Amino acid sequence: MNKLISDKTKQVLLGPLSKNNPIMVQVLGICSALAVTAKLEPALVMGISVTVIVAFSNVIISLIRNTIPNRIRIIVQLVVVAALVTIVSEILKAFAYDVSVQLSVYVGLIITNCILMGRLEAFAMSNKPWESFLDGLGNGFGYALILIIVSFFRELLGSGTLLGYTIIPSSFYESGYMNNGLMLMPPMALILVACIIWIHRAKNKELQEK
Amino acid sequence: MEGILNIFIKSIFVDNMIFAYFLGMCSYLAVSKNVKTSLGLGAAVTFVLFITVPVNYLLENYVLKEGALQWLSPQLASLDLSYLSFILFIAVIAAITQIVEMAVEKFSPSLYNSLGIFLPLIAVNCAIMGASLFMQQRAFHNIGEATSYALGSGVGWLLAIVGLAAIREKMEYSNVPKPLRGLGITFITVGLMGIAFMCFSGLKI
Repeated sequence: MNKLISDKTKQVLLGPLSKNNPIMVQVLGICSALAVTAKLEPALVMGISVTVIVAFSNVIISLIRNTIPNRIRIIVQLVVVAALVTIVSEILKAFAYDVSVQLSVYVGLIITNCILMGRLEAFAMSNKPWESFLDGLGNGFGYALILIIVSFFRELLGSGTLLGYTIIPSSFYESGYMNNGLMLMPPMALILVACIIWIHRAKNKELQEK
Repeated sequence: MEGILNIFIKSIFVDNMIFAYFLGMCSYLAVSKNVKTSLGLGAAVTFVLFITVPVNYLLENYVLKEGALQWLSPQLASLDLSYLSFILFIAVIAAITQIVEMAVEKFSPSLYNSLGIFLPLIAVNCAIMGASLFMQQRAFHNIGEATSYALGSGVGWLLAIVGLAAIREKMEYSNVPKPLRGLGITFITVGLMGIAFMCFSGLKI
């Protein structure tokens, strides 16, 4: 049995996809999740950026966790995260300028994304670097998963396209089909996430609140 | 003067932090269980916004922006430090929340007791950072506009959280489907409130 993939690491990596999903169950990182999901492409880029940043900030904090004085740990964590976000933001500006314009302030807001602080506080401060890295990857994927589902429906129903390519055939439009412009408005993102939570909790009864 | 009032009204209703940009969602959902605490958090957010955004505005215009360091020496006119803005903004926010917390504790213990627990959390509230980043993006003309934007965003956030808390207090008595209870129904409520706020779009004085 490969030592790297023991049961515990598997749980650390895969748990956040469903049972311990950062958005649906831990209620972390909702701000950016909703705002960038009007189109699939920025949502994908955002998901990847957050995954990278969570994974690496987890590793860095985990490496220096024993030397951080307890009183100023939040500021130390913020500085590490802010440095990583600056790097990602500069890379996006250089190689994917259009997307970085669409994401506008939300790239910078990854700094205050609660997923980062939540995972750093709850996991990286008390675990070894390799496990923290997997935890970061898992939570990043869990976050990206919700972003992709929400933006898939919003783009498909709201503008009839996916990644910019038209999906709904023109014969639909001729017979009276209309794009639902409301799907592109911010409130619908909330209602879509609520529907996802509804389905998820109907399947996983132990997550239901009384 | 008209511009300042316009920015104030617009940032409360049209560009509402919660309903248009989803900023500060995490604490918004977590602390909106009753009206009293949500009022406290809303007031704290407004207060911190009111201080941090003008400070970051000065930082942006006299240190970070391209050519902003010209007042120091003409050689620095071509310097562009805007890639440092994330780190500096978050440092300013973290420092100011810390100072505000200590000042409130010293001068008004009763206010500290009602706000105390929320103040440290505000440093990582996306609404604060978001307002600074929007301030940078929109390039306000003077510090008055930036301040009124900050105040308006804060009041808008306060309005949203108190409204949601009031609805959630009433919702205690309603029979919500089991899987939707808690988080799910709150999301739907916020979505419906957002649709209601959409009627303000295009508002202008």
